[in-house]
Amino acid sequence: MAAQPPKYKPNPKAPRQALPLLNAEVRSRTPEEVALGFTPEQVSVEAQRCLQCAKPTCVDACPLHIDIKRFIARLADNDWQGAHDVISEQSPFPGVCGRVCQHELFCEDSCIVAKKWDPVAIGSLERFAADHARLRMKELAGSYPQPTGKKVALVGSGPASLIAAYDLVRLNYQVTVFEALHKLGGVLAYGIPNFRLPREILHEEIARLQNMGVEFVVDFIVGKTATLEELFEEGYEAIFIGTGAGLPYMMGIPGENLVGVYTANEFLTRINLMEAFKFPDSPTPVRVGKHSVIVGGGNSAMDAARWAKRFGSETTILYRRGRAELKARLEEVEHAEEEGVHFEFLSAPVALYGDENGYVREMECIRMELGEPDDSGRRSPVPVKGSEYRIPVDTVVAAIGQAPNPTLQKVTPQLITKRGKIVIDDHGQTSMPLVYAGGDVVRGGSTVILAMKDGRAAAKAMHEALSVEKPEEVEA
Amino acid sequence: MTNRILAKRELAPQITLLEVEAPRIQKRWKAGQFIIIRPLAGSERIPLTIVDSSAERQSITMVIQAIGKTTKEAVAMEPGQALCDLVGPLGEPATINTGQEVVCMAGGVGVAELLPVAKAFHEAGSRVTALCGARSDSYRILDEELMGVADVLQWATDDGTYGFAGNVVQLLLSIAGPGTFTEGHVIGPIPMMKAAAEATRGWGLKLHASVNPVMIDGTGMCGGCRVTVGEEVKFACVDGPEFDAHLVDFDELTRRNRAYREMEQEALKHDCHIGLG
Ligand SMILES: Cc1cc2nc3c(=O)[nH]c(=O)nc-3n(C[C@H](O)[C@H](O)[C@H](O)COP(=O)(O)OP(=O)(O)OC[C@H]3O[C@@H](n4cnc5c(N)ncnc54)[C@H](O)[C@@H]3O)c2cc1C
Ligand SMILES: Cc1cc2nc3c(=O)[nH]c(=O)nc-3n(C[C@H](O)[C@H](O)[C@H](O)COP(=O)(O)OP(=O)(O)OC[C@H]3O[C@@H](n4cnc5c(N)ncnc54)[C@H](O)[C@@H]3O)c2cc1C
Ligand code: SF4
Ligand code: SF4
Ligand code: FES
Repeated sequence: MAAQPPKYKPNPKAPRQALPLLNAEVRSRTPEEVALGFTPEQVSVEAQRCLQCAKPTCVDACPLHIDIKRFIARLADNDWQGAHDVISEQSPFPGVCGRVCQHELFCEDSCIVAKKWDPVAIGSLERFAADHARLRMKELAGSYPQPTGKKVALVGSGPASLIAAYDLVRLNYQVTVFEALHKLGGVLAYGIPNFRLPREILHEEIARLQNMGVEFVVDFIVGKTATLEELFEEGYEAIFIGTGAGLPYMMGIPGENLVGVYTANEFLTRINLMEAFKFPDSPTPVRVGKHSVIVGGGNSAMDAARWAKRFGSETTILYRRGRAELKARLEEVEHAEEEGVHFEFLSAPVALYGDENGYVREMECIRMELGEPDDSGRRSPVPVKGSEYRIPVDTVVAAIGQAPNPTLQKVTPQLITKRGKIVIDDHGQTSMPLVYAGGDVVRGGSTVILAMKDGRAAAKAMHEALSVEKPEEVEA
Repeated sequence: MTNRILAKRELAPQITLLEVEAPRIQKRWKAGQFIIIRPLAGSERIPLTIVDSSAERQSITMVIQAIGKTTKEAVAMEPGQALCDLVGPLGEPATINTGQEVVCMAGGVGVAELLPVAKAFHEAGSRVTALCGARSDSYRILDEELMGVADVLQWATDDGTYGFAGNVVQLLLSIAGPGTFTEGHVIGPIPMMKAAAEATRGWGLKLHASVNPVMIDGTGMCGGCRVTVGEEVKFACVDGPEFDAHLVDFDELTRRNRAYREMEQEALKHDCHIGLG
């Protein structure tokens, strides 16, 4: 690697580097990752677009406060590992966040360069740093000091708990993460497809926590396998609940239980968690027919549609509002379009019809028009009388949102909830002493980075509470 | 070691009992609840009823009918080996009331699933009549154990080689009518549960059915296990698996359980090719 001068002359006018993608036609047939990642040349150009601002607004805008300015400087200097070290000060998940974080709403939205040109591609740079540190992560495996402090329990292994684990283990807490499923990662494992987040990346970033001494217990449902009270009795001194929003909403239309009608959770769990895309080499099947209709406009809808497409199905996303109102990351919408997913806007399902064996065969839809703005300020869709029409369909996926997982709340009446969401105070504490919560179980469906923000805040509050309780402070 | 198989016993052709070390589940489970297992790292997740437990051995017992790929993988394991995954206890406990005239009906491997429910009714001070069905004498299971908890135990065999000749519902109709029982529990193949529900409609009998839809996570997250009960759609893994037998849409349940039939068969054949089946 040629030595580069440590300081560079910023060149924000250079065009923002486009993330190389697998050819759309090829990728609509494989589970391989869609985005290939920057080349070293692109990293160099893109990093040098950063102005190295005296007051880097990007850092404040990142909910994890990753020192973006400094890691970009290292990248510009070809010090890729150094860049990864800088990111690691705040986050062990650059491989995950560099791929799925909604950076257009956070760091990149506040990048100064965006005032005149396109913002620095922070997310893709973060991803590059992560991908190039992967080998070294393995070398570091044996070198972490193991924690010896108080025991804390984190419930659920989604992004909220994972970042809390990172912060707490670095403060010398003995951290145990309890996960209901047999794999770790929450939505990152069962919801987000491999073609957006290859599982090796997720596993390696979680393995780092393991190497640092975080204990992971799978197949353990808090509230069923053991209650919160029992965990306290077993010596855990504070508990974080990061159980996510996994309870799928149903469409509530006739025919919803016909064979071939899925919730997005079931469809994606079968494919991502149980690897139905490898069936029969994997044991769990999924039914994807010739015509798939995905109902909804969020990330789950895009993910389900893009999988259906990869199974060779003619795929339509049916959304009751317009394109501008789609809630998914813009990049995913564009990728879905490129891959040949058809979008049918301003339409909603009213009924499903099946054949004599109970397999779904037809969907009746109704056209919508946008009426007056509702409470959320968005114009609400109104059915157009008499506009019903039918389309052939053999796979239907309802991707219309999720509510918080109720299992733990159901057996823990002391936990105050509001419409299923656990209520917390400014410090992330629930109505129970030393029990904290964050992420989707508090917010309802949200994003990876906001779940992490909550996990970090809760870890801080837990540390403060546990340090105050007994005077002898836990050393960082 | 958790998940370790402590004992294995063949109860009848294709029906095997496994006792597995599971200290936490042993402590918390109640009659009617189930677990999800993955026998091997590459296995499907399948639900199985908790049949018994031992505090002394920190274990739970399950009884498995080997009908497909995963159940065959499970019964091929030997004591000393550990199940790759075991999670529970899942679902709501069965409704157990005291002081009732209870009829407990089961067929096939359902007889094993019935045992803890019959026992719980018995311990709650209800009078239990157990009506159990098997294909033939040699397929009868857990006779002795049931005898210990039922006030009356009667068998029906399809071929008449033991007890009543016919099925469990025919046996029921031969001994009972409206008013004979105040409460009941039925568990077994869907046609049997459906027939039991039809036969007792209008008897004034509160009949609970333990249903068995296809499940994946077992935690209420996927909705794959949904069952129509009266006007409502329920998730069997968290709202059930027990529901009012007179309200369950058994025809829909039958259709939904057949959804993957050809594919499951393909999976079974697929593995036979490479010698794992
Ligand atoms: C299909 C899909 C695609 C998405 N794509 C994006 C995206 O591209 N970018 C983005 O920013 N956001 C995306 N999101 C949203 C994002 O994934 C979530 O906001 C985020 O994962 C929430 O994190 P969490 O830690 O709160 O919970 P989750 O990730 O939901 O994890 C919760 C975990 O807790 C476990 N659990 C639940 N109950 C218990 C219990 N009682 N005991 C033990 N464990 C329990 C669950 O099994 C689960 O593993 C997507 C969501 C979905 C569904
Ligand atoms: C709450 C509950 C408790 C159960 N308890 C027991 C038990 O104690 N002992 C026992 O032997 N079995 C029990 N079952 C049924 C058991 O889960 C299935 O037999 C098993 O999943 C079949 O898996 P397989 O891979 O061996 O067969 P597969 O090849 O997957 O299927 C073989 C056949 O069984 C049907 N089937 C597939 N999956 C399921 C499923 N999850 N439930 C019901 N039928 C299915 C298929 O339609 C197919 O026709 C229970 C099921 C539920 C839902
Ligand atoms: S975590 Fe998200 S917001 Fe923070 S730097 Fe990375 S992409 Fe930007
Ligand atoms: S705001 Fe933009 S230009 Fe300024 S330091 Fe951050 S990334 Fe660089
Ligand atoms: S098995 Fe997934 S919700 Fe019941």
